[in-house]
Amino acid sequence: MNDQILWFATRGAGVVSLLLFTAVVCLGILTVARWQSPSWPRFLSRELHRNLALLSVAFLAVHIVTAVADPFTSLGITAALVPFASSYRPVWVGLGVIALDLLLAIVVTSLVRNAMGQRAWRTVHWLAYAAWPLTLLHGVGSGTDSWALWMLPTQAACVLAVAVAVAWRFAADRSNRSQLASVVDGGSRGGA
Amino acid sequence: MAGPPTPQQPVSLHVDRIRCDGYGMCAELLPELIELDDWGYPIVRPGAVPDELLDHAVRAVDVCPLLALHLRAVTASRAA
Repeated sequence: MNDQILWFATRGAGVVSLLLFTAVVCLGILTVARWQSPSWPRFLSRELHRNLALLSVAFLAVHIVTAVADPFTSLGITAALVPFASSYRPVWVGLGVIALDLLLAIVVTSLVRNAMGQRAWRTVHWLAYAAWPLTLLHGVGSGTDSWALWMLPTQAACVLAVAVAVAWRFAADRSNRSQLASVVDGGSRGGA
Repeated sequence: MAGPPTPQQPVSLHVDRIRCDGYGMCAELLPELIELDDWGYPIVRPGAVPDELLDHAVRAVDVCPLLALHLRAVTASRAA
């Protein structure tokens, strides 16, 4: 067995986690924006959002367990859970650890959403908008493949996907509000 | 592990109209019992959920982004 197999697993699972997490963020935005088409009902975005999120957690677990188990970086379990406790690339690994802690909060609150109530759940869920960029920065900064020919366009595609989704969400929100204004306006004029 | 089959208590669907924000996913998953009005808000067929639709009803409740759909046991007073 190749003695670098843990290291390969860490890198591979990290990249897959980033791709899945990116898809999850975009699907979450599609869900809340109520996007649909004749071949894509609304519940599909919502269900894919949840299932891909759980899948990304599985890859994230592989990413972390193999990184901790790898003797080369000698991270230790503390460095995997406490931000900036790592001796190996402390800042960049630390950003990933913060993202992990935020994600754990998001996943746990989502699993018990029925018990904790919608409002508190939603507040915690907004942390995803902080966790995703931290994940990306963690990958760029501590990833050994960041400047590889295949990784640059992958990272760029992730940034582009989330940027387009966020921009589109705000644009859709604005057009809804302007529509609301015109409806209210028309209504009051009609009533006058 | 399976115990003796217990008779299913009839349940019915209820929308929390304050919470509901008209995402419409419940009607996508359970068109047999839920349709949407002109503004996208659900109209639920009253009465007990038929046994064969129970799994779908549970899923519709589960999918609501605002936790606005509930299954409740049909009580004698409600049924009356």
